[in-house]
Amino acid sequence: MFDMLQYKFIQHALLASLFGGISCGIVGVWVVMMRIPFVGVAMSHSAFAGAVFGILTGTNPLFMALLFCLASSVLIGPVAKRSQLDPNISIGIIFSLVLGIAFLCLGLIKGPRTEALQLIWGNILLLDRTDILFLIGSCGLVILFLILFFKEIRAVLFQRELARASGIPEKAFFYSLLILTGLSVTFNLNTVGGLLIFSLIINPPSAAYQLTYSLKKMFILSSFFSVTSCLAGLVISYYLNVPTGAVIIITSSLIFLLCLIFSPKRKKVT
Amino acid sequence: MIRLKDVTVSYVDHIALKSVSLHIKKGDHLAVIGPNGAGKTSLLTAINGLGDVRQGRVMVKGEVINKRNIRKIQRISGYVPQNMNIDPRAPVSVFDVVMMGRIGKIGLFRSPGKKDADIVKSALELCGIEELALRPVGRLSGGERQKVFIARAMAQEPEILLLDEPTTSLDLRAQKEIVSLIDSIYARQKLTVVFVTHILKNIPLTCNTCCLIKDGHIVFFGNRKDALKTERLTELYGCEIALASGLSYV
Repeated sequence: MFDMLQYKFIQHALLASLFGGISCGIVGVWVVMMRIPFVGVAMSHSAFAGAVFGILTGTNPLFMALLFCLASSVLIGPVAKRSQLDPNISIGIIFSLVLGIAFLCLGLIKGPRTEALQLIWGNILLLDRTDILFLIGSCGLVILFLILFFKEIRAVLFQRELARASGIPEKAFFYSLLILTGLSVTFNLNTVGGLLIFSLIINPPSAAYQLTYSLKKMFILSSFFSVTSCLAGLVISYYLNVPTGAVIIITSSLIFLLCLIFSPKRKKVT
Repeated sequence: MIRLKDVTVSYVDHIALKSVSLHIKKGDHLAVIGPNGAGKTSLLTAINGLGDVRQGRVMVKGEVINKRNIRKIQRISGYVPQNMNIDPRAPVSVFDVVMMGRIGKIGLFRSPGKKDADIVKSALELCGIEELALRPVGRLSGGERQKVFIARAMAQEPEILLLDEPTTSLDLRAQKEIVSLIDSIYARQKLTVVFVTHILKNIPLTCNTCCLIKDGHIVFFGNRKDALKTERLTELYGCEIALASGLSYV
């Protein structure tokens, strides 16, 4: 197994698994606890739309992906508030809009669309040094934010209105969580792709949710499951010569299934 | 302590509170009574800054509430919401929830210390739920959960305690326990308390002032004895009301 470590692209993929896994595991807990799982889909497709727009206009795809992702992060709240809709519906509307933009741009690209189509599936084996540095940076930012504001984050995740009522700047925290989620999604776009990143944000925290009543442990378990899914997907795909992103997602789904079956929360608490 | 002047609270499709003026003195225990949809919760949220005040002024401790001082006001106002649905699997313990009441006081970039833990323990003891401290909050009964939220508000060391229908959807025993708890907290700490309810028999005994609300207007404000009169309540609720023995139960 250690023979695979000699390749530079595998070393990059391992680092991406570690740092991308940790950041997805953490932001996933935010998304699951706030009960806005669709935000992962909206963000990943915003990033995808931005990247395709970047390819079409000849601007940096990563920068455009980030811009689109951040724009949808800050739009979700106001759209929900102004239209008096459930946040999940406003997320759905933003999702359909960015999906439309993505396919429009995809249709307008002249010549081969390989680069654009690759964003749908991602390829963790094609990451370069810059991608890894961005992943490390975004992961560091997410961890730092979590450590610095853990008590406020816990209050906001538990009940936003109650957090606001006790003098916590709840709105600022809510949007910070969304923006950091967008950041993590964007920089993980190349690892499992725009279509599959959603699963990496939802499955590990949902699995962790089955196992613990402690939010701290949930963050740790979620990150662990996320990293494990990435690493297992990498190793399995290397030996079986199958798409890495797909194996990562299938692994994370299996972990969720196991956690659900063996969840201590299924037993009655005495 | 709290003064509302011509306050209007509105939502997108309707006006919940219409040009309401009110003065709650320090140490008052006010019951806000009225049928569903009368504007009781809107009155409460106008005081703690959660509501959307479209017109008028809300003053707390002599300061007009605005964007700059709202958090300062919220930190001295303990708020107990209506019985909330919490996922039984939620990874949050009773201790965690009560500690959340301390966050505004602790401030950003600081972790809760021993003093905060002691205050949380005292709040748990005050509400008689110290043995539930490590239990997941979602696994508690409705009555226990309301005590947790009262403990959370008390952990804030508030000067004002705002309770929004704390006995709604509880069984009779739990309702009595919550009302007795509010009575004992008021008797011990002499906070300024605003207790919102539409259930007349759940007005705490220590409550000395009543505010009757209907259709977004205050129809009566005065002492408990004058407020809880058969004719007045019959008019307020739009149905025949018969008072049982005493003034607090019907």
